[in-house]
Amino acid sequence: MSFFRRFSRSPEAVIGASILGVLVVMALFAPLLFPRDPLSIAGPALLRPFQDWSLPLGTDRLGRDVLAGLFHGARTSLAVGLASAATAIIIGTIVGTLAGFAGGLTDEALMRITDAFQTVPGFLLALAFVSVIGPSLFVVVLAIALGTWTGPARIARAEVLSIRERDYVASARVIGMHPLEIAFREVLPNALPPVLALSSVIVAAAILTEAALSFLGLGDPNRVTWGGMIAEGRTVLRSAPFLSIIPGIALVLTVLGVYLAGEGAVETTAVRRGRS
Amino acid sequence: MRRAFILLRRRLIGSIPVLLIVVIGTFLLLEAAPGDAVDAYIGTTGGDAGLIESLRQSWGLDQSAGTRLAAYLWSLAHLDLGYSVTFSRPIRDVIFERLPNTLLLMGSATALSFGLGSALGIVAGARPGSFRDRFLSIGSLALYAVPGFWLGLVLTVIFSVQLRWFPSSGIETIASGKTGFARTLDIAQHLALPVAALGVIYLALYLRIMRAGMAEVWRMDFVLAARAKGLSRRRIVLRHVARNALLPLVTMLGLQSAAMLGGSVVIESVFSVPGLGRLAQEAVSSRDTPLLLGIILVCAVMVIVINLVVDIFYAVLDPRVGASEEAA
Repeated sequence: MSFFRRFSRSPEAVIGASILGVLVVMALFAPLLFPRDPLSIAGPALLRPFQDWSLPLGTDRLGRDVLAGLFHGARTSLAVGLASAATAIIIGTIVGTLAGFAGGLTDEALMRITDAFQTVPGFLLALAFVSVIGPSLFVVVLAIALGTWTGPARIARAEVLSIRERDYVASARVIGMHPLEIAFREVLPNALPPVLALSSVIVAAAILTEAALSFLGLGDPNRVTWGGMIAEGRTVLRSAPFLSIIPGIALVLTVLGVYLAGEGAVETTAVRRGRS
Repeated sequence: MRRAFILLRRRLIGSIPVLLIVVIGTFLLLEAAPGDAVDAYIGTTGGDAGLIESLRQSWGLDQSAGTRLAAYLWSLAHLDLGYSVTFSRPIRDVIFERLPNTLLLMGSATALSFGLGSALGIVAGARPGSFRDRFLSIGSLALYAVPGFWLGLVLTVIFSVQLRWFPSSGIETIASGKTGFARTLDIAQHLALPVAALGVIYLALYLRIMRAGMAEVWRMDFVLAARAKGLSRRRIVLRHVARNALLPLVTMLGLQSAAMLGGSVVIESVFSVPGLGRLAQEAVSSRDTPLLLGIILVCAVMVIVINLVVDIFYAVLDPRVGASEEAA
């Protein structure tokens, strides 16, 4: 049975994948559907949702279109979530592979550095990093990755420790391959699956961290972010709570979609491996 | 007890290089920050180029990076975290003033998430695959997807703005003059919402680990033996299955402490709780980098200590841990 047919059998996985699909469409078509700058004024201030059909979700304190913000915010959330998860997984697998394959002092040093990063609360580290270097999309991605690469590193190392004893690694040594080439061309690709199984959790955590950073005013100031919208709405929380609640619901649905789709994909591949 | 001491000694020695790496990391971040302590000081008081030069000299900022790192380490060894320009006080004093509030918030939130999470985990794991189990599993996943700061705002809207049950910010009523029990009650009322916002999210984590652990234990032979002995289902679930699935949760308690501290930064900002997290946000907005890095260092030490305590507790609970080292 194909991957997709088995994947589509699990209702949770289908729901998760549909949410992500809608989100990707929102992110891709945001500039087409809402060509105006989402940070520009679109109508009267503090318009409630479902009053004016040209501004279906209403406007914020400065009269900016909430729906346009939601669409453009999806771009930022997805881009930052995917980019920082990818960065974290790349750094983590490289460090984990090096530590596991080299062993000895290199392993000891790299793992102590991993310990140190795990000791510092990831969110505080991201906060400090962004506030020292200055908020831009690239810095935010790097800051989130700094706090999340340790998980992939530990898993990759554990996997490499068992892989490096296999026969094909020994034969690669015998034919005179360079150790670094063995580590990155033979060992690393085989250590990747368990790390990738973790990717949905990492993406979800990255999206939540980005939202929290922009909620505290440390996001890229030139972009709409859901966290920033929630913070903006917070100033009028008593009179117009919908301004904070709507982008929050979008956040919850996104993260839930990532979890559900990720869990479905991991279960589907696990079943396939178990059968073959 | 001897096992615990051996473990303690080994872990304490192991945490020294880790702490050293954290310190070097914070020093590098401090170096990367634009401007130095003199710039920050002059920014508040003003002064001419001559004063700047002499201040740099007397504070040792004209030395090489290596010398300054050594000086930084030396002052840290004396528990001197430096001077906060924003508060015009030593950083150590500012941090220790805020620390109890954060510990109270974190402790209560941990108790809530651990207690309720493991209890619901037992309910879900008692009959794996049942409707109750599926409902709780999906519900916990949905909870885990909720950003803490947003949950805090929603709770504020419901319980503070609409129902007026709890105050929306602060840690106690200012200048109320309350003492003793009345003051405790006042603080509890102020902390109810932040503790709920922080605790409910991590509850999902404990629920899921408990449930997964119980599903594992159900397959073990001793459960079959207990069943064959004719023990009631309730007794099997509570005394045999849940008890053995509880251990991984204890480990999680230590591992989650760093995430909890990170989460409390945002929650304290939402509810204006004067704790370490709120202090971190204040340090960011006033660009007080030495203060921010001091907070990071204190948090790192706290995480190490919490993990140490959890490990010892674990060793006391599980006689297998560290037994081989004692023999060696």
